[in-house]
Amino acid sequence: MSNPLRPALVLLIALAALTGLAYPLAMTGIAGAVFPAQAAGSLIERDGKVVGSSLIGQSFTRERYFQGRPSATSAVDPADATKTVPSPYNAANSSGSNLGPTSAALAERVKADLASRRAENPGEPVPVDLVTTSGSGLDPDVSPEAALFQVPRVAKARNLSEDRVRALVEGQTRGRLLGILGEPRVNVLALNLALDEAGSQ
Amino acid sequence: MTLNGWFQIALFCAVIVALARPLGGYMTRVYTGERTFLSPVLAPVERGLYRVAGIHGGQEQSWLAYALALLTFHVLGFLALYGLLRFQAVLPFNPDGQSAVAPDLAFDTSASFVTNTNWQSYGGETTMSYLTQMLGLTHQNFLSAATGIAVAVALVRGFSRASAKTVGSFWVDLTRTTLYVLLPLCTVYTLFLVSQGIPQTLGGAVEATTLEGATQTLAVGPVASQVAIKMLGTNGGGFFNANAAHPFENPTALSNFVQMVSIFAIGAAMTNVFGRMVGDERQGWAILAAMGVLFLAGTAVVYWAESAGSPVLDGLGLTGGNMEGKEVRFGIVASALFAAVTTAASCGAVNAMHDSFTALGGMIPMINMQLGEIIVGGVGAGLYGILVFVIVTIFVAGLMVGRTPEYLGKKIEGREVKMAMLAILCLPLMMLGFTALATVVAAGLAGPANAGPHGFSEILYAFTSAAANNGSAFGGLTANTSFYNTTLGLGMLFGRFFVIVPALAIAGSLAAKKTVPASAGTFPTHGGLFVGLLVGVILIVGGLTFFPALALGPIVEHLAGGLGQTFAAGG
Repeated sequence: MSNPLRPALVLLIALAALTGLAYPLAMTGIAGAVFPAQAAGSLIERDGKVVGSSLIGQSFTRERYFQGRPSATSAVDPADATKTVPSPYNAANSSGSNLGPTSAALAERVKADLASRRAENPGEPVPVDLVTTSGSGLDPDVSPEAALFQVPRVAKARNLSEDRVRALVEGQTRGRLLGILGEPRVNVLALNLALDEAGSQ
Repeated sequence: MTLNGWFQIALFCAVIVALARPLGGYMTRVYTGERTFLSPVLAPVERGLYRVAGIHGGQEQSWLAYALALLTFHVLGFLALYGLLRFQAVLPFNPDGQSAVAPDLAFDTSASFVTNTNWQSYGGETTMSYLTQMLGLTHQNFLSAATGIAVAVALVRGFSRASAKTVGSFWVDLTRTTLYVLLPLCTVYTLFLVSQGIPQTLGGAVEATTLEGATQTLAVGPVASQVAIKMLGTNGGGFFNANAAHPFENPTALSNFVQMVSIFAIGAAMTNVFGRMVGDERQGWAILAAMGVLFLAGTAVVYWAESAGSPVLDGLGLTGGNMEGKEVRFGIVASALFAAVTTAASCGAVNAMHDSFTALGGMIPMINMQLGEIIVGGVGAGLYGILVFVIVTIFVAGLMVGRTPEYLGKKIEGREVKMAMLAILCLPLMMLGFTALATVVAAGLAGPANAGPHGFSEILYAFTSAAANNGSAFGGLTANTSFYNTTLGLGMLFGRFFVIVPALAIAGSLAAKKTVPASAGTFPTHGGLFVGLLVGVILIVGGLTFFPALALGPIVEHLAGGLGQTFAAGG
């Protein structure tokens, strides 16, 4: 039986150089040349400043913007580095809530969110995605129902007609790929950018 | 459940079956040493590697030499990765200033990535430098996948050869898998993923000013190149904490579909490699059929459970199924299907948080892993895993009719059955043994984030995932502690190598046997009866072993949830 040490060492180093350096670095070079926008993170600029990524949701709290889903991401507590504090849509620390189906904390959170959503638009059923957190905490989308649910509030805050706002939502609604894959959705950041655009005209 | 949902599932299955034969044909040529269309480019590289390594391409190894080569290679790989993790702070490609990884986490992570588990007790974007992600983790993604395939090919040679002393060369199988199969596929795949929106950059995190004026830090990196091999090699370790739920790891419905396909593609093709190498493709299809039956049954239950939603939340007036922990662009069906695929295949990437699945929806992923990751399974690992079960099935069939069992012309005797049982028994010992330990010591009980039966499920899921080399998690468990890092790391190492070594021993023992010609009394192993028997043995072995543990976790949680009962953490 020959000593396996030499082939093990040589192959480990050679394949490390190939798969761990040459491959990712070459792909970085090629991807940057062929798909520069995507490779850099699909960033959106407005007036020369980066306002976010078209793929990453961001936190909207004002009445005049459409809001995304609740987010369970957190950040290190500035006052105490051993603790974390809620920090919705923290794109440097993706995370879900990881609350299970019989969690009392989940039931209470959903109950509270349901109550405030019902107060916002009484009589309408609350879409499920508006009161549940996403897997990443960075979900860029809401369902078309969840966007339409917020139309009266946004229209009122912006002094626009509901029809006008609803038309914007419909313009930003994306269907399934080829009618088959995925789910219908509305990108919240894109919708809000379109809304700002409409408001400034 | 919707018609569109079932159609998405059917389309997925059709694509997998359609890919198995062409990919299997190509891979068979790779492992029998024939020329492929890539040989003009790769053969000189391959020869150069062998020359430097001091390997003579044609020189084969006995099963023991094969196993020793494999273990030596892994010890060195483990040490190299451990060192890299400990020293990443002072090494280049660290634009976000990540600090050195603590010893227990470095042990856990090294064990995790050399065993193709890719369990992560850490969040990638807050822990790992770009150098670690590439040279440490991407590299091991390739090697651990290639190792699984190599072992499977060695075992197949055991069946296809007669009166042979050798089962192939580990060095050659490892090198050829990496050069001819994984790297070319990943190169094309990475570009597709970038086109869908996955970042591939060495620049550090990007600062954005949101529409409301807040600052948002967008973590990016060389993501796509790692995601490609993470999926194709059924590794599953995410670049980011949220894994394939993160929009930068899985941006679109198309990227999601292709990622699911790539998890199963090589594993399913391996059944065809098996069929071709033993000279009867029907043998491979029979095995894929048994996998398919188990897969479809599990997928249907997850889809049904997640569509039905949680009784507790439905009681508050919520409708539309369980969307907690799921992304809108995938919805319920693509999340349920992904969960079934990733746990059937020892991948462990997740596009939704399994911890927030309904009780039964979260139980199926656990069962998929507990059955031994043989439903397509990890690349290579799934094939050698199910062949171990085939040996037990053939043995049971032989006992029923009182005849020495045979499979593919090989007599299955005491040594093979003993080795098969050793491999099968290792997993429950790790999964249930460590779970039992964690539920009685304070350091274990400190882990779960959820209370009640779901807390127990979090522990059971963790050790199940570790020993099965899956790597997905009920993510609420706080696993980055010295107790969990140590026990999970041990579970992964035992779960990997205490299956690989017996599988290689079987390979050696079978290769040495003569081939017996089929007679009228030979049990045909390409038909429905064999498929049914194989599925039965897998379910009985798995069911008898794990039902009591499942009853304490997901089953009791399902019953409690049905009564509207909730559990408060810290109470």
